[in-house]
Amino acid sequence: MMRDYAIRYGFIVLLVGLIAYFASAADGFVSPQSAVFIFQSVAITGVLALGVTATLVVGGFDLSIGSVATSAMMAASYAMVVLEQNAIVAVIACLVIGVIVGLINGWLIVYMRVPDLLATLGMMFLLLGLQRIPTEGRSIATGMTMPDGSVANGKFSEAFLALGRHRIDFFIPSLIPVSVVVLVVLAVLIWFFLEYTRFGRMMYAVGSNERAAELAGAPVKAYKIWAYVISGVFASIGGILLAARLGRGDIASGNNLLLDAVAAALIGYAVLGAAKPNAFGTAVGAVFVGVLLQGLTMMNAPYYTQDFVKGAVLVVALVFTFALSGRGKR
Amino acid sequence: MGPDAVFRVEGLRKSFGQNEVLGGISLELHSGEVTVLMGANGAGKSTLVKIVSGVYARGAGSMQLAGKAFDPQTPAEAIRAGVVTVHQNINDGVVADLDVATNLTLDRLSGKGASMLFRPANVRAEAKAVADRMGLTIDLRARVSDLSLADRQMVAIARAMAHEPKVLILDEPTSSLSSTEADRLFSLIDRLRGHGVAILYISHRMSDIRRLADRIVSMRDGVISGAFDQKPLDYEGAVNAMLGRKIHLDRVVARSSARAVFTAESLRIAHGAKPISMTLGTGEVVAITGLVGVGKTALAETLFGVRRPLAGTMHMDGKPYAPGSAREAIAAGVFLVAKDRAASGIVGGFNIERNISLPFLKRMSGFGVMKKRAERAIARRQIDELGIVCRSEKDELSALSGGNQQKVMVARWMSQASRLFILDEPFQGVDISARRDIAAKLRASADGRATLIFVTEIDEALETADRILVMSEHTIVGEHRNADIDLDRLLAEVAGGPLHSAA
Repeated sequence: MMRDYAIRYGFIVLLVGLIAYFASAADGFVSPQSAVFIFQSVAITGVLALGVTATLVVGGFDLSIGSVATSAMMAASYAMVVLEQNAIVAVIACLVIGVIVGLINGWLIVYMRVPDLLATLGMMFLLLGLQRIPTEGRSIATGMTMPDGSVANGKFSEAFLALGRHRIDFFIPSLIPVSVVVLVVLAVLIWFFLEYTRFGRMMYAVGSNERAAELAGAPVKAYKIWAYVISGVFASIGGILLAARLGRGDIASGNNLLLDAVAAALIGYAVLGAAKPNAFGTAVGAVFVGVLLQGLTMMNAPYYTQDFVKGAVLVVALVFTFALSGRGKR
Repeated sequence: MGPDAVFRVEGLRKSFGQNEVLGGISLELHSGEVTVLMGANGAGKSTLVKIVSGVYARGAGSMQLAGKAFDPQTPAEAIRAGVVTVHQNINDGVVADLDVATNLTLDRLSGKGASMLFRPANVRAEAKAVADRMGLTIDLRARVSDLSLADRQMVAIARAMAHEPKVLILDEPTSSLSSTEADRLFSLIDRLRGHGVAILYISHRMSDIRRLADRIVSMRDGVISGAFDQKPLDYEGAVNAMLGRKIHLDRVVARSSARAVFTAESLRIAHGAKPISMTLGTGEVVAITGLVGVGKTALAETLFGVRRPLAGTMHMDGKPYAPGSAREAIAAGVFLVAKDRAASGIVGGFNIERNISLPFLKRMSGFGVMKKRAERAIARRQIDELGIVCRSEKDELSALSGGNQQKVMVARWMSQASRLFILDEPFQGVDISARRDIAAKLRASADGRATLIFVTEIDEALETADRILVMSEHTIVGEHRNADIDLDRLLAEVAGGPLHSAA
């Protein structure tokens, strides 16, 4: 019984303990502003992690999410700065990119039978290159010189920037950033979708026993492709938030997105002893990483220790999932 | 306690959590004898085998091999000491991606004295020696993943034999073999018996048991419930000891049906096969029997839309029926309980309730959102109807015995009304009492649909069906009403023609 409780609540207890420790060790850790900062810091990786959770549920994996996000960021910047379009066009362009990449990933995996890791790895490289071609490798900002010598005079629309910078009043004026709202809404949406709809249920069945799902009448190929489309769209939403936060198309940003998002989703396996990909766990995993980094930052730990800490947390979480719950055996 | 007991187990106990699986097992194996171990699913046979073969640690008790304490910590230790097990799950005994020759000599690749280098020529020569001794006629260069289940089984057994064991444990070795293949295995067992190997043979099949047994030990609920070594062996007594109740062979009262539900006209399911025509009527249970590899599963999959026929047409209730997928078949009211529940039925990580509702999520949801209360009600009803032994509908399937897992699979497809209900080998790896429960349920609920079961064992057909069709060479070669049946003719039809071994 102790073991059951350890598996089920171990990670939550760890999270609470961590917060308690930072609360006592770092001044000002427990405050609405600090909590909001944590959420804001994980909003973009959280959104990506929720998307990749969908592909994990069907037994796949999506390594292209990071580059989808940066591609979307570049596309949004290009649309507004170079093509001088408005915010709506920019957002739609990003979402379309997400859908298309998801469809191509799904097609490669389902119809071309390329293993998921390899297909999305290939897509990752492809996008990393593709997003640099229109500007010949330059970052996009208002006033930049284009390859043909002209100057790009468009600028980020205020409405678009608000996605990354506006804060909503919540008891305290200007408390909650829009990106956090987006994260929470998407988390609730995907959680409800996976846990309470027949589509989510069938996606889990596909991930667990594809043949059984097919013989139960599920269009397995369609479910798999949909999972990659969800992942692509979520990643492109992450890219929109990134562009809105930065206010420019920064070619060097977004390096950590993939690893952080995957870590959050995998940490999610350990939450409540689920031992499977799940939206709630992914959200908790993202917050866990955020708390840890915020706490360490407030205690003046150097920035270069962050990746080490994230990796260590991930390894511990995976041990929780596979060794303690005994599910890895099968 | 004969002095010739080469292997002895005393007071063996094992518990998983609070659940005591073995409650003090004492057993002797004598060299040159086949001891048959009988037991319903969940009796603890598999646990016993796993302890003896070093997979599980025992809870209490002792084991002796040739007078010395036998205490294997790992399967490899058990094998080196001379206790070799061929497990029921064939794929545990072979490496699918390697060829037959490498599989046969796999155990020499590691352990003491193994050469650092892998020399294909040596391997093939050694493998050939092993294969010849076993009378194995499989191409040694073939990849195991390309072999039929039956051939894989032969490879797994041959590999075990290569160790020249003192004690050989065979866990339901014939469950996927055709009768000629089984005959090959039996003659091999005879030879090993002649060489003084002590054999523990675990099986449900009476025909195997009659053919092989020198002694029979029956197990029930984790204890030995009977041991029989007086010739002639008391088979009835052994079955009784296993079941703990008198089995009365229920004779089926054969019904006939007037109204056709399903018809097939000139259906061809394999190149060069004769076409199949058949009619299945409402309320009748039809069994199709035949050896392994005669196309039973191919026919089942054709009716269920997973496989396309080469020629011919099908009709459901007079309307043309040409399903392009399982989804379309289900929509037309054709349900299939597929063969091999672990690979094609059970969704691991789903509990009983979710396994049952799987094909019918649409009917149990509104605007895509699951109606959990309706789902649970149906699961509870099905658990009652089929007598599934479980704590609740939230149990995971891995916690259930094989018989109960199969009941869940049947319960899944009986939770909604069907027009044509197909079951492919529904009694495989199912103990006798669960098999009777399932068969009785199928017959009791048969009204309003046609029921078609595919079974290799003729007994299962005789116990369940109103009408029996015999398959051979991918077509139907005989038809019998299950009343005053001419068994000789039926057996002749089953055996008719050359066998298709997919070597």
